[in-house]
Amino acid sequence: MSNVAPPMAVATATGPPEKWYQGRNLYILLTAGGIFLLSLARTIADADSLTGSDTVGLGLRFAIPIAMAGIGGLWAERSGTVNIGLEGMMIMGTIMAGYAGWQWGPWAALVAGAIGGIFAGLLLGLATIPFGVNQIVAGFAINLIAPGVARFLANLWFTTPEAMAAGGSISNGPAVSGSLPDVTVPVLSGGPDLLGDLEDTHWFFLSDVAGILGGVTRDVRLDIVVSIALIIVTSYVVWRTPFGLRLRSAGEKPSAGDSLGVNVILMRWYGLILSGAFAGIGGAVFVFAGANRYQQGQTQGTGFLGLAALVFGNWMPSGVFAGAGVFGYAQGLEINLRASAVVLALILAIGMALLCVVTWGLVTRRRGAAIAGAIGAAICLLIYFTVDEINANFIQMTPYVVTLLVVSIFSQRLRPPAAEGIPYFKGKEL
Amino acid sequence: MSTFLARIGPNAIATGIAAAAAIAVSSLALIISGNNPITAFSEMWKVLDSTESVVLITNRSSWYYVAGVAVAIGFKMGLFNIGADGQYRLAALFAAYLGATVSMPAFLHVPFIMLIAVSVGAMWAAIAGILKVTRGVNEVISTIMLNFIATGIIGWLVNGRFRNVREGLLVAETKTIAPSGRIPGLNRVIEWTGFHFGSGVVVQGYVVVAIVVGIGYYILLFRSRYGFELRATGVNPDAAKASGVNPKRMVVITIMLSGAVAGLIGIGPLLSDSQFYKFGDQFPATLGFTGLALALLGRNSPIGIAFAAIVWAAIERGTQPLSIIGIPQEIGLILQGSFLLSAVIAFEVMNRRTQEQSIKLAAQRPLMTGPPPESGAAGAAT
Repeated sequence: MSNVAPPMAVATATGPPEKWYQGRNLYILLTAGGIFLLSLARTIADADSLTGSDTVGLGLRFAIPIAMAGIGGLWAERSGTVNIGLEGMMIMGTIMAGYAGWQWGPWAALVAGAIGGIFAGLLLGLATIPFGVNQIVAGFAINLIAPGVARFLANLWFTTPEAMAAGGSISNGPAVSGSLPDVTVPVLSGGPDLLGDLEDTHWFFLSDVAGILGGVTRDVRLDIVVSIALIIVTSYVVWRTPFGLRLRSAGEKPSAGDSLGVNVILMRWYGLILSGAFAGIGGAVFVFAGANRYQQGQTQGTGFLGLAALVFGNWMPSGVFAGAGVFGYAQGLEINLRASAVVLALILAIGMALLCVVTWGLVTRRRGAAIAGAIGAAICLLIYFTVDEINANFIQMTPYVVTLLVVSIFSQRLRPPAAEGIPYFKGKEL
Repeated sequence: MSTFLARIGPNAIATGIAAAAAIAVSSLALIISGNNPITAFSEMWKVLDSTESVVLITNRSSWYYVAGVAVAIGFKMGLFNIGADGQYRLAALFAAYLGATVSMPAFLHVPFIMLIAVSVGAMWAAIAGILKVTRGVNEVISTIMLNFIATGIIGWLVNGRFRNVREGLLVAETKTIAPSGRIPGLNRVIEWTGFHFGSGVVVQGYVVVAIVVGIGYYILLFRSRYGFELRATGVNPDAAKASGVNPKRMVVITIMLSGAVAGLIGIGPLLSDSQFYKFGDQFPATLGFTGLALALLGRNSPIGIAFAAIVWAAIERGTQPLSIIGIPQEIGLILQGSFLLSAVIAFEVMNRRTQEQSIKLAAQRPLMTGPPPESGAAGAAT
């Protein structure tokens, strides 16, 4: 491999100098501000479990499949292919993982999940890369085909006498043989459990940080740890390696990459293979959650949530992870139905965050953003002050409303890869 | 006539190739799963070859047809109304609730319910249209989100305010619509011609609605100013804008029209199928997505979608009893899916070929004062 990065990498270094609140510091500020608002809302609404480690831990379990789908989408879209077939890829992942897990154990399930997703990715690639079919159409077709293939395979694999004896049926696979262990970080969250002690003091801000950190370091299942590692690797590879640069060039300006010797077609294939692998592993995570087996329809539209996280996160790995975190947290709250007060506190926090957005919009004279933010804030505060109990259905749709709000408020700042959705043929336009 | 043949010729060839590919893929799947494809397909044919099957396919494809048209209206100007699914379910819920609440004479009741469905569908779709023109939000993203939001709202209403509260009723559903609000079956009309159905077979009156929607779609597309502007915007947005079409207005109107027709999808099961007459858990759930597939298969043409809807319904009907003879009926899903995917690929290939041919023809023409061939190529490729 060449050790000289193509000259496009230089462009970022020659931009205007960053102000103190830009770049990495912005994320730190936003995170701290978010925790501050949550902390404030927890105190005002008197709902300690808003940032409790059990709430956060549950949220993490829901967030990881969403994040894996979103990162899968990132791989595809950064290489220039719009991927609305993520849900289909995840479904292929669950069925393959369900079978392999029953036959050969949990690690085989993770690998098989990736293979199932890759299969769907190759199908999407076949339609979009050599044939140039509209990518949204092809992705939609993947979503339509995958449940059918999964049901066909379930019928083939899980209705044999052997599988039925192990508890299989067309809509349920036999249990995975063995399970993955939970991991706890010693000293911090296990043994002395320093974070747990700090959390129990209910101090402003500090306990909230401790609760959030405790949630992500105590009793985390191994496949979730693996997924987090893969996401971190992704953000490194996409942004800091020659391969990542080439992949992104295929999604931003393929002809420019092509003229510098990047194999755009190959990059798009890689993007879809990796996309399938990530979404497929995300599907496999579902197999370990709950009943430790394949269940028909267990992805429940998580692929679409991943797509939402991708848009929410502005096609950046950290943003996707943040979006998945918010959505997973909301889903965790939905399961924990006693948490009505917690949800109200969360809505208060969102309302306050939107008020900050309104201020930002007014200061920087972004009228549209300010209006959209004000509408959102008014709805949130109205709900907080008038409603006593939140219906489970509303919690369920929170992620989608939040995404719709984000795309409406920040639509001018969201920047998808420039060439996504446009088929590329070597030697023709673009 | 020859232009007509030239227009549908490539599509017919592409459809044929796609069908052959779909049959090949499903046969392969059957062989892998240890079944004989010939037995399976001949069994399917046997099932289809009966009056009952023809009636059931007609009924079901009429729902599918309206769904296909709803999506196709958006497609005609390059709008992906993935939200048709949420639009029709939300519309059906409101139509079911309000339709069961009021009492009216039949000649008012049915139009009243349909009007509600159409307006709810259009208004829900309008959100995506307004977000697109005011905030630049891509309709694919917004309608996917709106589908899930619709699911949440439906769950909330059907379990709450709209729920039929009756002693001993455990499922969450709306009240049943009174007979005056239902669309009567067509059996008596057809039996006039001397044809007689077996017992228990009802041709749904909704078939008429589907035909009217199809004719309306044709007139709208090819015989109205709006339809001309719609097609013009779909083919070349810049040229349309330059000739005075207001693109923002077109987006909002088109997506609302798409949503309005989507609102009619649910009228089929709601007013015309004796299994329903109410909205609940069992109400057909993914017709909007089926509509997307059918609009793609039928290439947005009023006739093409009709063929696609019939094929789709026939595959469903034909594979239903396969499990009795030990063949997985899910082969129908494989058949549908592989047909759709190979069809979109085949259409795309045919499209490119005809485009390249017309570019070649244009290049061979003697150059006048017209644009150079390069610009023609770029225009045709977009």
